[in-house]
Amino acid sequence: MAKSIKLRAKAKGGVATVKCLISHPMETGLRKDKKSGKKIPAHFIQEVTAEHGGKSVLNAQWSGAISKNPFLSFKFSGANSGDSIKISWVDNQGKSDSLDGKIK
Amino acid sequence: MNHNRRVLLKGSLAAGAVGAAIGAGLLTPKAAVAAWAKAAFEAKDVNVALSSAMGSSDTTTTDKIKLKAPDIAENGAVVPITVTSNIDGTSSMSILVPKNAQPLTSTYTFGSNTQGYISTRVKMGKTSDVIAVVKANGKLYSTKKEVKVTIGGCGG
Repeated sequence: MAKSIKLRAKAKGGVATVKCLISHPMETGLRKDKKSGKKIPAHFIQEVTAEHGGKSVLNAQWSGAISKNPFLSFKFSGANSGDSIKISWVDNQGKSDSLDGKIK
Repeated sequence: MNHNRRVLLKGSLAAGAVGAAIGAGLLTPKAAVAAWAKAAFEAKDVNVALSSAMGSSDTTTTDKIKLKAPDIAENGAVVPITVTSNIDGTSSMSILVPKNAQPLTSTYTFGSNTQGYISTRVKMGKTSDVIAVVKANGKLYSTKKEVKVTIGGCGG
């Protein structure tokens, strides 16, 4: 189920710029359903991790205040074109996904 | 007779212990994300959230952190934020929106090779400052910028 993550990673001068887009509803748990008046249960990504060469390069902890279909971009050095990079996320309902991508 | 009674007692004791563990939230799926700083994210106050997430709420204002955000955001649900820290030894970063019900939006922990740069999109309930807090060499630095949110989307 690696379809929820879109990844672009480019290396230039040893520095990789990673951009990823995750499709996720990111419900805060504070919003109400207009028809029934009931609260929509919280459903958001809590943790995103990025690994390069077996080492963690980024650990992001999110709340429901990150926009729907979240976008995340970061940079790290020591990367070469062709290296693999792994992005994974876990949400508050225990669902998760991960993607292995290549740096261009 | 007596022996059976012992066995029954032991069995019920063990079941009780498992039940207590579930009750305490130890065995729910949420426990898998044990590292998630629940207290920090649920804090309603900026200082409480900061102390919980970064260890202190004592920050030094600096111009070495660049916070890029729109002056006016027409749609508060999607506000692009880019934070660049030019401080050596940046190890983690938090982005806060003080006027949101829960100010702490996200926290990032960097690996040794990772640069102090994060770009993402956050939700904002209304016009508010956006605060970026960076932890470098055990000290906290911050910078902020006001973003106006126009809910009607008329661009006022």
